[in-house]
Amino acid sequence: MQVLLLFSIFAISACGMVYELISSTLASYLLGDSITQFSTIIGVYLFAMGVGAYLCQHLQKNLTGIFVQVELLIGLVGGFSSTILFLLFEQVSSFRVLVYSLIGLVGCLVGLELPLLMRILKTHFEFKKLVSKVFTFDYVGALLGSLLFPLVLVPHLGLVRSSFLFGVMNVLVAIWALNLFKQSIPWVKPLKAQAFFYLLVLLFGFVYSDQITRFTEALSYPDRVIYSKSSPYQRIVLTQEGEDLRLFLNGNLQFSSRDEYRYHEALVHPGLSALQNPKRVLVLGGGDGLALREILKYRSVETIQLVDLDHRVVDLFSNQDSLKALNGDSFHNPKVHLAVADAFEWLKTNKDPFDFVVVDFPDPSNFSIGKLYSTTFFNLLHKNVKPEGAVVIQSTSPYVARKSFWCVAQTLDSVDFWTRPYHLYVPSFGEWGFVLASWKPLPLPEKFPEGLKFLNAVTLRNMVNFPPDMAMVKTGVNRLDNQVLVRYFENEWSKFLHY
Amino acid sequence: MRKKWLWFFILLFLGGGAFHLYQGSHQPIQGGIMGASSRAGHLLREGKFPPVEKTTHTEVVIVGGGISGLSAAWQLNRKGIHSFQILELEKQLGGNAQSGRNEVSAYPWGAHYVPLPGPAEVYVRQLFEELGVIQGYDKKGLPRYNELYLCSDPQERLYLNGTWQDGLLPQTGVTNEDRKQYKAFFTAMDYFRGAVGFDGKRAFCIPIDLSSQDPSFLKYDQISMAELLVQKGWTSPFLKWYVDYACKDDYGTHMEKVSAWAGIHYFASRIGRASNSAENSVLTWPEGNGWLVNRLVEKVGAYGRCNSLVYNVEKRDKEVWVDFYDLTTQKSERMICKAVIFSAPRFVASHVVKALRDHPPAYLPAFTYAPWMVANLTVDELQHSQGVAPAWDNVFFKSESLGYVTATHQNIERYPKTKTVLTYYYPLCEGEPTEERQKAIARSYKDWTDLILGDFKKVHPDIKEKLNELNVWIWGHGMIRPTVGFIWGKERKEVLKSTPPIFFAHSDMSGISIFEEAQYRGVKAADEVLKFLKSKGLKQSK
Ligand SMILES: Cc1cc2nc3c(=O)[nH]c(=O)nc-3n(C[C@H](O)[C@H](O)[C@H](O)COP(=O)(O)OP(=O)(O)OC[C@H]3O[C@@H](n4cnc5c(N)ncnc54)[C@H](O)[C@@H]3O)c2cc1C
Repeated sequence: MQVLLLFSIFAISACGMVYELISSTLASYLLGDSITQFSTIIGVYLFAMGVGAYLCQHLQKNLTGIFVQVELLIGLVGGFSSTILFLLFEQVSSFRVLVYSLIGLVGCLVGLELPLLMRILKTHFEFKKLVSKVFTFDYVGALLGSLLFPLVLVPHLGLVRSSFLFGVMNVLVAIWALNLFKQSIPWVKPLKAQAFFYLLVLLFGFVYSDQITRFTEALSYPDRVIYSKSSPYQRIVLTQEGEDLRLFLNGNLQFSSRDEYRYHEALVHPGLSALQNPKRVLVLGGGDGLALREILKYRSVETIQLVDLDHRVVDLFSNQDSLKALNGDSFHNPKVHLAVADAFEWLKTNKDPFDFVVVDFPDPSNFSIGKLYSTTFFNLLHKNVKPEGAVVIQSTSPYVARKSFWCVAQTLDSVDFWTRPYHLYVPSFGEWGFVLASWKPLPLPEKFPEGLKFLNAVTLRNMVNFPPDMAMVKTGVNRLDNQVLVRYFENEWSKFLHY
Repeated sequence: MRKKWLWFFILLFLGGGAFHLYQGSHQPIQGGIMGASSRAGHLLREGKFPPVEKTTHTEVVIVGGGISGLSAAWQLNRKGIHSFQILELEKQLGGNAQSGRNEVSAYPWGAHYVPLPGPAEVYVRQLFEELGVIQGYDKKGLPRYNELYLCSDPQERLYLNGTWQDGLLPQTGVTNEDRKQYKAFFTAMDYFRGAVGFDGKRAFCIPIDLSSQDPSFLKYDQISMAELLVQKGWTSPFLKWYVDYACKDDYGTHMEKVSAWAGIHYFASRIGRASNSAENSVLTWPEGNGWLVNRLVEKVGAYGRCNSLVYNVEKRDKEVWVDFYDLTTQKSERMICKAVIFSAPRFVASHVVKALRDHPPAYLPAFTYAPWMVANLTVDELQHSQGVAPAWDNVFFKSESLGYVTATHQNIERYPKTKTVLTYYYPLCEGEPTEERQKAIARSYKDWTDLILGDFKKVHPDIKEKLNELNVWIWGHGMIRPTVGFIWGKERKEVLKSTPPIFFAHSDMSGISIFEEAQYRGVKAADEVLKFLKSKGLKQSK
């Protein structure tokens, strides 16, 4: 009995240690800044233990029963702690409050454990020995927990499975205590049933933890994630830090609300302002509605057709208040028409050519997106723009990916477009490039819509100049059957920092 | 009591979980063995057919609706002959180039690509112009191809040493000596590609019969490809694997059995170029050469009649009787015509054509055919494994199989749908064809799926979880085998002799089984028939 007893102390403290570590780790995964996370969580945890110990004096009757109950609760809450944190991370707006309450609850319960156990055991042991044994095993258990955590648990089981495992340990201690103190506990049977039920639930969690983690997959974004969803095409994540809203698709930054005006003004106006009386505009990609906002500044424009593959992005940007404020609620403008479709497919069936086409696809980082920068696609584009119209194409960074950028331009050249490449600096992205393409040469516009924050005639004249480190290089032409662009892109960006 | 129940539930849960984790291994797999129809073969060999109930007349009958038969029809049709019929025993036209389709994609059941045709492949180019595969020619006379039909990049990858590498020639773990031999090998093949014989003809040409008759090249038909490697001192195990892979890929036969002439032909015959693609490009479609079949069927399908097993072709005075058994009505019919284009394989002809049945020709045993198994696997997107991105052709190093081709590779939608169909090729060439054919027929569906998934699993551990459906097709006589001495031997010469009014057209007459040869045989036979009809017409009018 003695050995078992001491073993249970050992287990209890190892469990406590592990929950604490799991919460800190998780918080620093999800919230970033691990020093702060670790120390505040450990602080809160220890404080909560103190609270638990203090509360213990108020418990008078049925100590063993309470002990069992406490063990069961720790098992359940601790066991599910990481799952809860992962799951609620995306839903709860004040995630910190949740972390601290959860860790507070576990700490409080763990704080109750030892004093309770000592009071139960005081009739069985001499006090002097009891105190020293309990604390010895408590500390050894803590050591074991803290060693197991980085060496065995995290690498082999992962956070979710580890918490379930330790939850199971707590429940086993409870079951053992139930058996040991059968006589002194009223209502043994219901307690037992409860214990076995918890055990079952925790074991279930342990076995299915892979499925659970898949649901909850930790995201490592520097800012606070305020929205995240997976669509069939991509993972959409929106973060906010102070005023700054950022959209990520598959982990790649799409815009930062701080400087997106630079990007979108540069995307739209150099082309659209060069046209006489543009009426029909097409936007491919750009489900955030920010390009729409810029296009709507032209009175002459009668219809804007937006084609995006992912209705979830569009839904998000047409319904969320903060995002609607950003794009000027452009999706509710009667001029805007929306099609959820693949750009290739949509263009193939389109009959009516456009005055202006904005092509704002993700960078050509893989072979399927690379197809949208191929001669085949650009030929199709050529057919969909009027002879006096123009197309603009987002063409990655001419600084980081110089060959990629010029490859887009030269691929456009190869299908008989006249092209004008230009670039600008977007603080959150770095140096960025676009290529304007049309059937016939276009003038550099001098006049722009009112109220632009970045673009004017002088800025634009600078934008079409390429300093030597971004100057034109001869590249291959990107075709479906060679996909040179994807190869350039991979090469160039892999040398640069991953963003 | 209660406690026992609880334990029971715990075990049940754990068991359920374990089952869930390892699910797939015990789940029955959707699908079955599809074709080709072996019943027809039995019927032919037994030779018991009901008496003819109905007789019709036509100018020409084409027996067999594979590429050669369809091409003959294409030629007749464009030369103004419209009184002809194609009789095909299968449910659909296309032969070895037929394809299937499900809600995920179209996919091939056999032939799946055609390399860029060279200038000698006149008819292939004509067809491609008609179909918009070739869209025009540049100033240098190079064809411009429809880019949607050129195989998209990345074309090929090889699974070797636990990772996928670009291209099929092994690169990881090879020594400098291996590389030296690679170089020597390809230099030699480049030489053969440019080589011209004393008769001024290319040494290795497509169509094969336009190749030079210079003995200094024909001699390679007398040794096997494996022997050639030994003679040249090409002993690198990686090079050997690569060459053997090539022999299996095009001929369904190991290099020990393949004539070195044919082996070299694989590497040295292709000189097709494009104004808008690299030299080694190939043309492909989701349904493989089934796309070409479907286009041909659009043109001449109206002349086709499926489910019609031809069992007797017999010359009678000035006409030919073609007797066939309708597999749906189970009745025999006769077509009386002036000429027959026989575009089914020669081993079939030996049962069907009366003259050959009565006097079995001596050349017959030289015609051997490689059996194949092709499987189509409909799968959810497989986990990305180590190495380069998925390609069109995905080959496993040192596997009995040739790996798989991705049907959705040519899709241009930005994101290929998450599901796809993988066509898995497996030449049955361990033993002799007859033995392998028997083994193949004896195998159950489960035997096949075990074999296929076992092979896949080494490369894609998640294949079982991701599999939706798996269908198997056995080609008992998939391809003619260019065995040592066959291409330039007397047997093949014998079958090339014209035997009016029955004209033969199957690709087995070329000794190698490729689209270009099948088409060439078909068009040639049609031309001969045209000439024959004309001469008869003249005689009749006199
Ligand atoms: C697995 C496999 C993969 C291949 N891959 C390629 C490839 O990628 N590229 C390539 O170029 N080639 C490939 N080939 C070669 C392919 O066989 C040829 O390209 C071409 O399709 C052969 O056409 P064919 O008309 O000569 O023969 P077949 O396709 O054999 O046509 C003969 C037709 O005759 C019918 N028939 C037979 N007996 C009778 C009868 N008694 N009555 C009526 N009809 C009859 C058959 O059903 C069949 O439809 C492949 C072959 C196989 C087996």
